[in-house]
Amino acid sequence: MNQPSPARLQAGTPRADLAVGLVVVALGLLVLYAAWAIPDSPLYAQVGAKAVPTLVGVILVALGIGLSASAARGGWSGGLEEAMAAPPTNWRALGLLGAGLLVQLALIDWLGFVIAATIQYVLVCAAFGSKRPGRDLAIGVAVTLGAYIAFSKLLGVNIGAGVLEGIL
Amino acid sequence: MDAFAGLAMGFANALTPINLGWALLGCFLGTAIGVLPGIGPALTIALLLPVTFKVEATGAFILFCGVFYGAMYGGSTTSILLNTPGESGSIITALEGAKMARNGRAGPALVTAAVGSFVAGTVGTLGISFIGPVVVELALKLGPAEYFSLMLLCFVTVSAVLGGSALRGLTSLAFGLMLGLVGIDLQTGQPRLTFGVPELLDGVNVVLVAVALFAVGETMHLAWRHLEGNQEVREVGRLWMTASDWRRSLGPWLRGSLLGFPFGVLPAGGTEMPTMLSYYAERKMVRPEHRHEFGTTGAIEGVAGPEAANNAAAAGILVPMLTLGLPTSATAAIMLSAFQSYGIPPGPMLFTQQPVLVWTLIASLYIANVMLVVLNLPLVGLWARILKIPTPQLYAGILVFATIGTYGISNSVTDLVLLYGIGIVAMFMRRFDFPTAPVVIGMILGPMAEQALRQALTISQGDWTTFLTRPISTAILALALLALVGPRLWGAFRRREAA
Repeated sequence: MNQPSPARLQAGTPRADLAVGLVVVALGLLVLYAAWAIPDSPLYAQVGAKAVPTLVGVILVALGIGLSASAARGGWSGGLEEAMAAPPTNWRALGLLGAGLLVQLALIDWLGFVIAATIQYVLVCAAFGSKRPGRDLAIGVAVTLGAYIAFSKLLGVNIGAGVLEGIL
Repeated sequence: MDAFAGLAMGFANALTPINLGWALLGCFLGTAIGVLPGIGPALTIALLLPVTFKVEATGAFILFCGVFYGAMYGGSTTSILLNTPGESGSIITALEGAKMARNGRAGPALVTAAVGSFVAGTVGTLGISFIGPVVVELALKLGPAEYFSLMLLCFVTVSAVLGGSALRGLTSLAFGLMLGLVGIDLQTGQPRLTFGVPELLDGVNVVLVAVALFAVGETMHLAWRHLEGNQEVREVGRLWMTASDWRRSLGPWLRGSLLGFPFGVLPAGGTEMPTMLSYYAERKMVRPEHRHEFGTTGAIEGVAGPEAANNAAAAGILVPMLTLGLPTSATAAIMLSAFQSYGIPPGPMLFTQQPVLVWTLIASLYIANVMLVVLNLPLVGLWARILKIPTPQLYAGILVFATIGTYGISNSVTDLVLLYGIGIVAMFMRRFDFPTAPVVIGMILGPMAEQALRQALTISQGDWTTFLTRPISTAILALALLALVGPRLWGAFRRREAA
């Protein structure tokens, strides 16, 4: 797969690779900015607090430029076997999965782990094509309750019962 | 302390009922979780890390030894029965093993993988017991300058030498270095790269990053291109090897073990290269009458050799981890973070200051190895049943456990945002063929390298030439440079020859 023939390259792939290169450059610039923002230490140090972050920022920018240059020469991801054999983007699955993650973030502090994670469980099952939400709900309750009890009772880790406080 | 006295003490400790119980639990959990498709040993250990909240250090590390070997074992079962390798080291096992399973020879493939793992685990653990103390002797002579050079060598080998592209490997490493910088600088007390978020002052948790990369990112990547329909799990069939199978496996087991172990010990750690080399070697050395089985019906040599190489290399990786405190694989990085969470920094001092812990750990590796071969073959039906969990429920469960594991560390939604955010990054890394292991290694080795750099410069009173005037340090740096530019120069040379 070193030299994919031009015909096998997916349209737009070099552009996607270029975007990756530019994101890495941007990340490097962000690190450089954050390194610059570190106040100078009052203590003398041969390698101060800024030195290594600055170096990492420079390395990221340089690698990003390298990746962009590689993209400009035709990119690399179009020739990957996996990418060529891949089916089209499954927006439904990604959307449901994303919803599951957002629900968890929004609800875990408020309703507690068990409820938030059960909703997440049902949404992720649906994302991967499960057609029986009722059964998923039942399994989800069992899995999250089991996990909660294992963590809070066996390991003594408090993960917040939320509105179920007092019941669990 | 020499190896025999150490082992005697270690076994005396490890053979207590409680510690045997931890080893058994570790083997069981490690196999059960490692057998889940897409879950490798690093993620298995990361997911089981919360156990350390309640267990004292020795018990926890015995547990991890069991988990480590168990997860390796579980991974090969998945590769054979489902053709979905959970980590790079078992890709080769999947190659021939899945073909054997498709031709109704899953049983012999599983047995040769199990016994091969046992042989390799024994060779590897013997290696740890006898080479470990020698490396410790050498390591005690190394100063911060040599350590810093060694870490640079690790950076180069894990990111630029292994994998498809040096550019992408180094980018992954730099991303990990960046994550490692977040938090309060130990020497000056300055907050770095926290962007004003107070939760980031303590730094980013390495377990969180590992779970994000290996569990969340993997799940998202699967959803991205998801097609409905379940994968077929092959029938196990009879767990029986014929006399000819035994004869054909014996050589590959030993060759694979002897090939894999040194690769693990060198800071070039990684299991891809030795498994690949073992595969090619076995394909070359196989008797002519069996050669046609490679790539068609599946050759037992192609499972026995690489599987042994994989396990021996994984055991070898424990040598630099325990003796130098240098993790050269994602799994070792997670184990190192477990040591850190107990306030026990691995390194040469570990052998002198915590001899009981170290030798009990090494003895438990032997015990776990025996337990696995005794337990796993009879239980293979159970493991095969775990493989039948349908995809939706499996990945929903993985996400729920990834979440609870992360939320349990800190009870903070900020950590969950990080978990999912880095998961999204990992999804794109998968898509664009960036390796993920260098992220974890860079994250844990980066701060250690910075500290070594500072110590070395303090000792040399600010003289940067210290890295070049000390012979061992110079030699290691030269090796690192060679590893970085050597392959490219060679390639350019070959092209010119060809032209």
